Amino acid sequence: MTEPERTSPADRDGHRGDDSDDVLLGRPSDAALSEQLLSTTWRPLTAGWKLAFAICLLLTLLLFAMVTLTVLRGIGMWGNQIPVAWGFGIINFVWWIGIGHAGTFISAILLLLEQPWRTSINRFTEGMTLFAVVQAGLFPLLHLGRPWFAYWLFPYPSAMDTWPQVRSALPWDAAAVTTYFSVSVMFWYLGLVPDLAALRDRAPTRTRRILYGICALGWRGSVEQWRHHKVAYYLLAGLATPLVLSVHSVVSLDFATTGLPGWHSTLFPPFFVAGAILSGFAMVLVLIIPARRVFRLHNVITPRHFDAMAKMLLITSWIVTYSYLVEIFMGWYSADRYESYQYLHNRPFGWYGWAFWLMMFCNCVATQLFWSRRMRRNLTALFAVALLVNLGMWLERFEIIVVSLARDFLPSAWHLFVPTWVDLGILTGTLGFFGLLFLLFLRVVPFVPVAEMKQMRSELDAHAGAREEAAR
Amino acid sequence: MIRRGAQPAHLAARARQRSAPPSIDQPAVMAEFASGPALLDGIRALRDLGVSRLDAFTPYEVAGLEPLLGVRRSRLPWIALGIGLAFGGAAYLLQWWINVIDYPLNIGGRPYHSAPAFIPITFEMTVLFAAAAALISALVLGGLPRLWHPVFEIAGFERATIDRFWLAIAPDHGAPDHGVIDRARVMAALEAAGALRVVWLVPSGDAPAAPLAGGAP
Repeated sequence: MTEPERTSPADRDGHRGDDSDDVLLGRPSDAALSEQLLSTTWRPLTAGWKLAFAICLLLTLLLFAMVTLTVLRGIGMWGNQIPVAWGFGIINFVWWIGIGHAGTFISAILLLLEQPWRTSINRFTEGMTLFAVVQAGLFPLLHLGRPWFAYWLFPYPSAMDTWPQVRSALPWDAAAVTTYFSVSVMFWYLGLVPDLAALRDRAPTRTRRILYGICALGWRGSVEQWRHHKVAYYLLAGLATPLVLSVHSVVSLDFATTGLPGWHSTLFPPFFVAGAILSGFAMVLVLIIPARRVFRLHNVITPRHFDAMAKMLLITSWIVTYSYLVEIFMGWYSADRYESYQYLHNRPFGWYGWAFWLMMFCNCVATQLFWSRRMRRNLTALFAVALLVNLGMWLERFEIIVVSLARDFLPSAWHLFVPTWVDLGILTGTLGFFGLLFLLFLRVVPFVPVAEMKQMRSELDAHAGAREEAAR
Repeated sequence: MIRRGAQPAHLAARARQRSAPPSIDQPAVMAEFASGPALLDGIRALRDLGVSRLDAFTPYEVAGLEPLLGVRRSRLPWIALGIGLAFGGAAYLLQWWINVIDYPLNIGGRPYHSAPAFIPITFEMTVLFAAAAALISALVLGGLPRLWHPVFEIAGFERATIDRFWLAIAPDHGAPDHGVIDRARVMAALEAAGALRVVWLVPSGDAPAAPLAGGAP
């Protein structure tokens, strides 16, 4: 096998290809593309990767320690109290599960919309989805207080002769999150099978070949296999598409079905979905900008990809901004004193007013940078704004949960919420655990889909050929 | 000349039984091409000779390959639809039975059978089981899992997942003259279409199995 070809100056230096609108720079051969994308699993580890892995491992240990403490001593270790019974646990749950949404949006919805820029980043973002949902799932489990009874949420013929209450939003949530995770895993694995087969045939050591061979299930790329694979892939995309909308809608129903000012709103499902996609794209950018640099993927993840993702940030940021404005307007228009107090006084000027204004800056103002085409292709700006959006979306859930609960109806019941060190430890720990899973993912499977990239290249060639023919 | 009887009878019978065209269990001849268009040329050339039972192994989907081989649309969506609806219906029925029959709870006087409240779980279960059916069907209909296959024994076939396009001819290849392949004409046709090499897997009387053009470049 040959070394990956250097096909254009932009391969070496992403900044020079800034004006390109191509989803693939140069026309690497099948062999070169395979070598470049598969070799991420066997190239020597860089010092940066090892350092990141060590940090994430330490944070994961911190997470395990905090979880152990929570299970042993109970959720009294958290800052939750009455009236703020849903503290960091639910904020982090909603935040993490929202982050997952961009993955499914890119891999499923953009596949059906035939957007070529999804191809090189879809597995990466789908992986992000899986690991974010793993973090998310942890929180409701711990928040139960007695996580060893989590199976009570699922219907089974119990000796206690009881069943889950399926008219409540919480079992819906259990069903929605479980389904989301399972379907994401299936979609991800189906797309992975041809690439696992490529690794079986190409990986450098016998052990790797055997392991990848088992995971590839004997894929040989026959016509019959591709025929069913293609149909199933599109079908799973079609099935995952409503999940993008339904999961966060169901999550939002946990709030919207209650009577609390700040929660009780029919706006919640679309508002939550837009916020989820905003935070998801922000997290994709935070992860992909360093990964592209470390693994030198400038030819397959191009300025065009960043441009498109920045536009998605801008669009979803406007949907979220609109939702904030509608919420405030409805608070006033309802003429309900609790609603108007919540939106017109408590959130902007209450105990946590700083969080409101910071959220507004992160989610609504910072993203306006991307009206400029130059900024959409400026990786420093993208990375910085993406971090801000992630912070802003966390603050949004803080606004919804803590700020609404801390001052509900009766002033005598109001109570300032302060997180404990266990709360902060668990949040930091999940960031580390997420990073750990992601770093392993980058090493274990090709995170840019190889077969799909080669197919896209062949289609681009065919189109270019047809255009030349027409020009002549 | 290859005769149909060259393959053990039980294998040929099993191959016919298990798979409709174009899936070939034990190819008689394999040819390697450097690109998708070259593979299509090879298939057209063989078609012109009357060889019709063909299969292809490609690293990615080649545009135009399926119509050329006469592949019908997969029936997989119907399986997924059936399974999804069945499990979605079962999920609704289970919720109804729990709430109305076995464990009715009076929550503020709301109806036991409240259809809108049963929709989210019904929807989620439909999607979950339809997706599982689609994944499992795609693998099983494609003959997976099957870790070993005769084609894996061919030296150089490992590039079929990287950058080589392989064509396979079945032992009962559908040639008009009752299963007889004219070796020289097949070789000539494949060579003209740009085959890098041709591997004869079924031993024949007139020549040993040997690469055509000196192996892969």
